[in-house]
Amino acid sequence: MADAAAHDGHDHKPYHGWVRWVYSTNHKDIGTLYLIFAIMAGIIGGALSVAIRMELQEPGIQIFSGLAQMVYGMNGDAAIDGGKSMYNAFATAHALIMIFFMVMPALIGGFANWMVPIMIGAPDMAFPRMNNISFWLLPPAFILLLTSMFMPSAPGAYGVGGGWTLYPPLSTSGQPGPAMDLAILSIHIAGASSILGAINFITTIFNMRAPGMTLHKMPLFAWSVLITAFLLLLSLPVLAGGITMLLTDRNFGTTFFAPDGGGDPILFQHLFWFFGHPEVYILILPGFGIISHVISTFSRKPVFGYLGMAYAMVAIGAVGFIVWAHHMYTTGLSLDTQRYFVFATMVIAVPTGVKIFSWIATMWGGSISFKTPMLWALGFIFLFTIGGVTGVQLANAGLDRSLHDTYFVIAHFHYVLSLGAVFAIFAGWYYWFPKMTGYMYSPVIANTHFWVTFVGVNLIFFPQHFLGLAGMPRRTIDYPDAFAGWNYVSSIGSYISAVGVLIFLYGVFEAFQKKRIAGANPWGEGATTLEWQLPSPPPFHQWEQLPKIK
Amino acid sequence: MRNFLANAKVPASAKFLSACAAITFFAGASAHADQPKNWETTFQAPATDMMRQIEWFGNYTMWFIVPITILVLILLAYCIIRFRASANPVPSKTSHNTWIELIWTIGPVVILLLIAIPSFQLLTAQYTPPEEAKLTVKATGNQWNWDYEYQTDNTLSFNSAILQDAERAAAGKEDRKVYPRLLAVDNELVVPVNTMTRVLVTATDVIHSFAMPSFGIKIDAVPGRTNETWFKAEKEGIFYGQCSQLCGKDHAFMPIAIRVVSDAQFKTWLAAAKTDLPGANKTLMAEVDGQNKVAAAGN
Repeated sequence: MADAAAHDGHDHKPYHGWVRWVYSTNHKDIGTLYLIFAIMAGIIGGALSVAIRMELQEPGIQIFSGLAQMVYGMNGDAAIDGGKSMYNAFATAHALIMIFFMVMPALIGGFANWMVPIMIGAPDMAFPRMNNISFWLLPPAFILLLTSMFMPSAPGAYGVGGGWTLYPPLSTSGQPGPAMDLAILSIHIAGASSILGAINFITTIFNMRAPGMTLHKMPLFAWSVLITAFLLLLSLPVLAGGITMLLTDRNFGTTFFAPDGGGDPILFQHLFWFFGHPEVYILILPGFGIISHVISTFSRKPVFGYLGMAYAMVAIGAVGFIVWAHHMYTTGLSLDTQRYFVFATMVIAVPTGVKIFSWIATMWGGSISFKTPMLWALGFIFLFTIGGVTGVQLANAGLDRSLHDTYFVIAHFHYVLSLGAVFAIFAGWYYWFPKMTGYMYSPVIANTHFWVTFVGVNLIFFPQHFLGLAGMPRRTIDYPDAFAGWNYVSSIGSYISAVGVLIFLYGVFEAFQKKRIAGANPWGEGATTLEWQLPSPPPFHQWEQLPKIK
Repeated sequence: MRNFLANAKVPASAKFLSACAAITFFAGASAHADQPKNWETTFQAPATDMMRQIEWFGNYTMWFIVPITILVLILLAYCIIRFRASANPVPSKTSHNTWIELIWTIGPVVILLLIAIPSFQLLTAQYTPPEEAKLTVKATGNQWNWDYEYQTDNTLSFNSAILQDAERAAAGKEDRKVYPRLLAVDNELVVPVNTMTRVLVTATDVIHSFAMPSFGIKIDAVPGRTNETWFKAEKEGIFYGQCSQLCGKDHAFMPIAIRVVSDAQFKTWLAAAKTDLPGANKTLMAEVDGQNKVAAAGN
């Protein structure tokens, strides 16, 4: 980086081959690494969920005893017992992978890394080297988690089987083996990666906006990432503290969560959910940002109620920090405590409603073209609404008494995450894929991917509302025969969704094979944010002349 | 969808009729309409006033959330049809409308208030037992079974674990409709009907959760703390729930079964169970199953 004049006229690619990627300090290259990582993690996490649904397709234990035999070399009753634990390990790993290694890397590491600097008119992130370490902390964290699945936990069991919530004493005295320690370390490292990323985004967005781009002119995706970064920065240290106490309880004789030493298992739940609830908004807020851009672009209209949209996200983020104990209504909280958390939780429905209606108002009067990203965005709005209204039901502690820890909750949070966050990821993928690669995908394959996924995921999760109402508890490898019908439907849906993933992968392959040139702006005049003023793919360094915002 | 014939505070004479009605409603199903059914889409039939209140409130919220979802769907459909590029080639430039923004902020607030009022009433009712408990039972969760302890003059305590297939014949529980796989236990918790029952819940090893769907109760069993819940069962019969907090490998295999019997049957059982639990259970089962056969025959 010596003399600026010497750099004129070439594209600043300093390294070639693997060095470019491993040593990368370029936000677009790191974003690409994040996206590739998220796709790989998503395939593994998705495969785990298909295994879970295969097991639950019929009553009884069919799949996991055989898996335990194959993977762990167990036989007879040991294989059945090993299989039961393996099921719990799969469910735990599915959740942790999808949250920490799929959705967060895709939305924050991938799309935000790629697009936020471009959108705010900055040449790169504020701390490019820290950006590199943010990404490169993730693979070791992921390897630790995958390794934990093959390490002993409870006697005769392998892998962390405590659920992603890691509640003690099941995660302390309940599983003495090293699997849990590896998982805790994995979450520590993934958390550190996210905190570094969050610092980077906050600094970048506050200090590196192009001249004239005030906060109130900043694109909504950048707003959503800014708010998400604050949620990460404030919530992850609490998780780190909680799981460190878990670690010392396990290994160094402390008793923070052990009642026989004066500790309290419920304390961990408070610490965990103080992180865990903001975490669910961390997963969905960047999606909100993407959906706003997609709806606006394909309606050829500016976002309706821009300021309301931005401050609705601020409100969701702020209130998200004071509702955590609605995950704990059945733990024996006092009546007044439950009353407070019911009230606070219901408040969140108001800004969320503002967002839903503002998206519809953005479409209202528009000139809408139904390109692939728009299909995903429309699917998002409707399915997120379903997940949102069941959330309003669950907010009521009196009703949650019957629904807590049943499949109703599984259905609810998959409607907002698997059908919300993931639909937003795919909306973003098909929106920015031509920008990031320079190639246009086949709309036929992409639309097929949407419809297959839409049918599949609804078939998986809608019947789970019924199972939950009928009383089927979560996290069970087997269920009373009366739950067989809807479970079968749900499993069929899972296979259809898996086909959807294959179509997605083929679509990516096909796009790179056919190399259809996308052009700088394939979406027309509705695409107004700065990334569409650059060529596709953008130059290695953009905005060497800062854009001026009117 | 579900029958509400067998509802509140049924006098003994009407119970016979409602049992018959239940049988005619669910042709082929057993008289014990108190366990999950295939293709069920709603709550299990309530067996306590509290569960009836929860069910009412659940249905009440549906009156708000279903129309909201349909409204969103209709608005989306309208936009898709009316404002598609071919039908509306020139987009409007409107991006603000203070009134409509106010309406969709205040509207949800009003709806939430309408939900919140009965919600707080329900929550308060759950923590305000209408009367003093007449019977106190302590349920202690272990990996992977329950200990029940009756806090009566002479304490009675026993363990309740999932019924193994090999034990079915010896226990006289071969009817899988009444004693379903994964739900049936070796020793049920026996309580008298229409009696305020307090349940103290704790655990010895990891967190479990004591749940009984048709009673509308679910409370975590946490080591080192004693949680409390209560119920007043209005129907005789056998009711099933399952541990509702992940507790390790056999989490799916620690059911909760509560047998609700008449006051007289309970007193006889309690006296006998203190010395001979299996014998007392057998005697009780013979008596209860005899009644059911009469009820079924009356159909």
